[in-house]
Amino acid sequence: MAEYAKFTEEMKKTHTILVPNMLPIHFRLIMNVFESYGFHCELLESESRTVVDEGLKNVHNDTCYPCLLVVGQFMEALKSGKYDPNKTALLITQTGGGCRASNYIYLLRKCLAETFPQVPVISLNFSGLEKDSAFQMTAPLTLKSMYCVLYGDLLMTLYNQSRSYELIRGASEKCLKKWQKQLDVMFKENKYMNTKKVYRQILQDFAKIERSAVPKIKVGIVGEIYVKYSPLANNHLEDFLISEGCEPVVPGLMEFLLYWAKNKVMDAKLYDAATKATPIFKGAYKLFLHKQHEMIAEIRRHGVFTAPHDFAEIVESGEKLIGLGVSMGEGWLIPAEMGALAASGTENIICTQPFGCLPNHIVAKGMSRAVKKAYPNANIIAIDYDPGATRVNQENRIKLMLANAKRAMQENV
Amino acid sequence: METYALGIDVGSTTVKTVVCDEKGTMLHSAYQRHFSKVKETVAGQLESILAKFPDAQLRTAMTGSAGLGLANAAGISFVQEVHAAFLAVKTCYPTADTVIELGGEDAKIIFLTGGVEQRMNGTCAGGTGAFIDQMATLLGITVDELDAAALQAKRTYPIASRCGVFAKSDIQPLLNQGAAREDVAASIFRAVVDQTVAGLAQGREIKGNVLFLGGPLSFQKGLRKAFVETLGLTDEEAIFPEQAPVFVALGSALYAKESKITAKSAQELLHMVQNAQANSEVLTGECLFESQAEYAAFVDRHKRHDLKYADLRTYEGDAYLGIDSGSTTTKLVLITDKGELLYSHYASNEGQPLDRIAAKLKQIYRDKHPNLRICSSAVTGYGEDLIRAGLSVDHGIVETVAHFKAAAFFCPDVDFIIDIGGQDIKCFKIKNGTIDSIMLNEACSSGCGSFIQTFAMALGYDIGEFSEMGLFAKHPVELGSRCTVFMNSSVKQAQKDGATVEDISAGLSASIIKNAIYKVIRAKSVEELGQNIVVQGGTFLNDAVLRCFEREIGRNVIRPAISGLMGAFGAALYAKEQAQETESTLIAPQALQNFSYTSKNVRCGGCTANCQLNVIRFSDGGRFVSGNRCEKGAGIQRETEVPNLYSYKYESLFQLTSKQPANPRARIGLPMVLSFYEQLPFWHTLFTKLGFAVEISGESDRKVYFKGQHTIPSDTVCYPAKLAHGHIESLLEKNVDFIFWPCMSYNIQEPDTSNHFNCPVVAYYPELMRANHSGLNSENFLYPYMDLNRPKNVINVMKKTLAKYNVSGQIAGAVDAAYKAMQDFRQNIADKATEVIAQARAEGRKIIVLAGRPYHLDKEINHGIHKLITSLGLAVVTEDSISALGQMPKLGVLNQWTYHSRLYRAAQYVTTQPDMQMVQLVSFGCGIDAITTDEVRSILESNGKLYTQLKIDEINNLGAAKIRLRSLLAAMK
Repeated sequence: MAEYAKFTEEMKKTHTILVPNMLPIHFRLIMNVFESYGFHCELLESESRTVVDEGLKNVHNDTCYPCLLVVGQFMEALKSGKYDPNKTALLITQTGGGCRASNYIYLLRKCLAETFPQVPVISLNFSGLEKDSAFQMTAPLTLKSMYCVLYGDLLMTLYNQSRSYELIRGASEKCLKKWQKQLDVMFKENKYMNTKKVYRQILQDFAKIERSAVPKIKVGIVGEIYVKYSPLANNHLEDFLISEGCEPVVPGLMEFLLYWAKNKVMDAKLYDAATKATPIFKGAYKLFLHKQHEMIAEIRRHGVFTAPHDFAEIVESGEKLIGLGVSMGEGWLIPAEMGALAASGTENIICTQPFGCLPNHIVAKGMSRAVKKAYPNANIIAIDYDPGATRVNQENRIKLMLANAKRAMQENV
Repeated sequence: METYALGIDVGSTTVKTVVCDEKGTMLHSAYQRHFSKVKETVAGQLESILAKFPDAQLRTAMTGSAGLGLANAAGISFVQEVHAAFLAVKTCYPTADTVIELGGEDAKIIFLTGGVEQRMNGTCAGGTGAFIDQMATLLGITVDELDAAALQAKRTYPIASRCGVFAKSDIQPLLNQGAAREDVAASIFRAVVDQTVAGLAQGREIKGNVLFLGGPLSFQKGLRKAFVETLGLTDEEAIFPEQAPVFVALGSALYAKESKITAKSAQELLHMVQNAQANSEVLTGECLFESQAEYAAFVDRHKRHDLKYADLRTYEGDAYLGIDSGSTTTKLVLITDKGELLYSHYASNEGQPLDRIAAKLKQIYRDKHPNLRICSSAVTGYGEDLIRAGLSVDHGIVETVAHFKAAAFFCPDVDFIIDIGGQDIKCFKIKNGTIDSIMLNEACSSGCGSFIQTFAMALGYDIGEFSEMGLFAKHPVELGSRCTVFMNSSVKQAQKDGATVEDISAGLSASIIKNAIYKVIRAKSVEELGQNIVVQGGTFLNDAVLRCFEREIGRNVIRPAISGLMGAFGAALYAKEQAQETESTLIAPQALQNFSYTSKNVRCGGCTANCQLNVIRFSDGGRFVSGNRCEKGAGIQRETEVPNLYSYKYESLFQLTSKQPANPRARIGLPMVLSFYEQLPFWHTLFTKLGFAVEISGESDRKVYFKGQHTIPSDTVCYPAKLAHGHIESLLEKNVDFIFWPCMSYNIQEPDTSNHFNCPVVAYYPELMRANHSGLNSENFLYPYMDLNRPKNVINVMKKTLAKYNVSGQIAGAVDAAYKAMQDFRQNIADKATEVIAQARAEGRKIIVLAGRPYHLDKEINHGIHKLITSLGLAVVTEDSISALGQMPKLGVLNQWTYHSRLYRAAQYVTTQPDMQMVQLVSFGCGIDAITTDEVRSILESNGKLYTQLKIDEINNLGAAKIRLRSLLAAMK
């Protein structure tokens, strides 16, 4: 491997770490935790055209859209003059696996080598990659981050469910902001562990928001993880759906973590390739699952909002549609989520994907037919995202899906 | 006072309105092209409605791809157009089973019976009205003429149907090779049908009563015929409603009626439309010129680079002719021995390059001074071979070299040339007086000159006028830098948001430049391009494009005044260099008067490829054959066979299955796709050892592809994967007991790598096949997961997989033998490579490492490129046969895919061999090659080697490959 700048212990004091914004709610919580460990982070929120232009300039055009946007956002920030390149580091997630995404960090470093060789790139991973960096996901940091994911998922779920129906505009956002602040404090003061109590408080608060009782069309969003969540990438898909009078149903990030841990266990089983790490992954899977169950149980007990799918159901749904060995990219998780959504009454599904995404040929477009066969009422549309795709084209196709949804809704009345 | 319903359908190119009464009876309809003046056109139609129904109250809904923005801005209800069509069909044609609608830029299909389903084309899909318009422009005829021609067709050619850009690449060589225009026209329509079936139906059968809607299908009989014939419909089943062009508008009116939308007077509606405020979301850039003075200075500066002129009628002495037979245009240049310009011609070839050039040559002969002697002539460009054969031109010259010669005439120390023509972008870097690297636009990155032209025409302007309009645009729109289809949608959006034609013109010029710089050159900084840049090609005659280029790179460049003629000028200079004492062979005036030709299509029987040949016979008895991949078809016999490892490996693989057990316990089928091109020895041995007979699906060809086309769910996946669908059909036809195709996240471990994955497509394609082919079930299709690096895992999995055959006890032994067979096969290929290399060296040949994936061995995937290389006298070896000889170089990327890691080592090995060069085959849509290509390029170039990449797809167009290979050859000398 070529030489590149490393993130050193001293840089903790001097450097600002830039983070691309994939999940607005979750990342804010996690960054706050990083702060408390001495890493000064800043979330990149630029959505200007320069982001795309920088991406086009700096990575191969056939590289997937998420990579292009992340690199573009970093390059734009570094060139904007807002950050001193000598005191800036970049943070990027690294999942590993056969998808191109494993290469993002290398592509980013390639771009930096020419213009900002001094800027270190930090890998955020749970696989023990890049051990020479001063940024390590230690056990306590990982655990805390897991709680951020849980709270993030809860907030995202409740926020989407309440803002689609709110009678007073902005009430849900106010509630969300309040809890983002409150959770920041709780994490700082280490008072986040009593999840049940906090979940209940959050649920009660969101339940206080006045909501309309008129049923709305529910639209599930599945797909490639970055495009699925990032408003920059998906042209503010959730907002668009709400403006169209729908309720967006977005599966949580915990599902992805569970999927990831499950894959590690599956690989060992399928290929007779168990290692010393296998029991650790098994343990992680169990822990995540247990924590997810806790949250789901609390939402159900409270009884006002719809809880996310129990991951065990997702696995079951997946097994009916595809082999669980399909582990690159979002792999079997995409058809599994589509199936689970369709089975639980969210029959309208948008599958978001970067144009030319390799795993999605198999797991998204490739599995649509299988999902439709199992759930004849499923109304699925795959939307491609890329620098050239226009919003008008995407929205027109979504509107077609919604017209179908409305017809189905009327026929069922 | 009556209450009526009004439907307004604003499509990408037209506006349609329908007024109907409460019963749904149509009272009024209108259909009109809007030339991007959407608001004005809608207002105009509303005025006619107001005049016709002054007192009516109208329930109104708007629909259509360009209607959404206007509806929102004007406060008019919107209904999605496919849904509107659905409502109209339900009312007017309740017996219809399927509806196919083609619009300006959309294609839609509605299945009504057996589960209602409505679909429309994705963001990357041609095969629509705009596509037909583009193709007509390419042929230099109107859409009506295209339609009339198609009805006269005798045969059709396969044309890529996925996207307009690909189709162009297929059509261009057909035209240049003299295929009949009628046949090409019919082939274009056939491509539209294929696109609809492949892209929209996606496996669902189109049958029963089919209703055809939309402008193209109501106006073009040839297109109708193509649909009816391809779908096998009877006259009763194919319904072409009279009101088809306004059908969606009718649906929209019905929607307004049924939804009881509050009625308003036409006056009120007119007011709402006129006052609609476009939103200001349009992204705009800087204007090109602030003032006329700034523009004048710019023009002055560029005027300096011009040739001297001499008069054809009065000049006496030696002259040299250069011809550039380009993809869409024809260029001729006649120069004196001092390089003065005597004559030049630049025009569209109107699909008939040979006729055009012959006519111009006649003109030269007629007008020239009797004492002007044409001493030598040379031809370059796509049509080089044809023109050379037809008109007995003395020399042929590779396009790239011709352009370099011309550029060096204006700027002796030129180090970077960019040429943007009608169809292609070519860039080359010059180092030490030779062409160092070449970049051509690939099939997907269009946005060249002809694009602006098509757009100008669509908007109702001529190209000159249109591009000038951009010069002083106030707010040029940002249109991105992708392919034509995407650019169309971007323009549509900009129009919707209120951008003027001026702004769009300037925006398109900027897009072309961005496309060239960021997609083709992939430059990160200006310094990278070079110090002395010469720009050329017809597109740079457009001042707006030139200005955008200088802007984007922040540096002044040289644009010769004969920018569009540089290829021909270079050819003329070459003709001058090569001039001999002897007479020029160029067709004499007398012979030219009698010149004519006929063209005929035949199948070559030279080998199993059965190339489709186009044979042109000239009036002097000479002939020209095109469409052949090797020399055989052209009737040439080579003295010795040029060593070719591709052919050897291919034959060795296909011979394997001649060995079969005597009394097989069952017949199994293996699809000859993807990983089987490497693992066949393994699986064949394993199964035959266990007593199974092994059937393979057979060789690929275009027919195999079409056979499986209807089960392909993702039309943007790579061609090697798409071909698999046809192979599965073949195996099912062979009635094997089961088809075996394992899923494998991991491939075989290669040395010095971080991991050994397969790409997601190779790894899991069997899952996709199982989910999309209704003929496959758990009995006849076995696709277990396993890891070939772990023999124990393979044994365990195979025991489970073959449980019902009671062969458990023999599996371990069979697996052992299988590993050995695979090892032996690889060794055999490596040994043969050593032999090929030794033979080539003994014969003094250069060697090309044609690098890709194992499955690039498939002749339908590589399109015979290896034979093209050997026909140029070069020996060919595969990447995997020599990768073991190389060292893993230092890489800037994660090296975690098995096939790809071989590329790196093979590239490293090439850098150590003076007589070797590498050519990388890249399948279109291969995302992983977005990573490997840059890396392979850097390994090669940092060691002084050339990098040549050939992008391949279903398109069987070797023209571009030939130019690259010949340029490579020229650079190797």
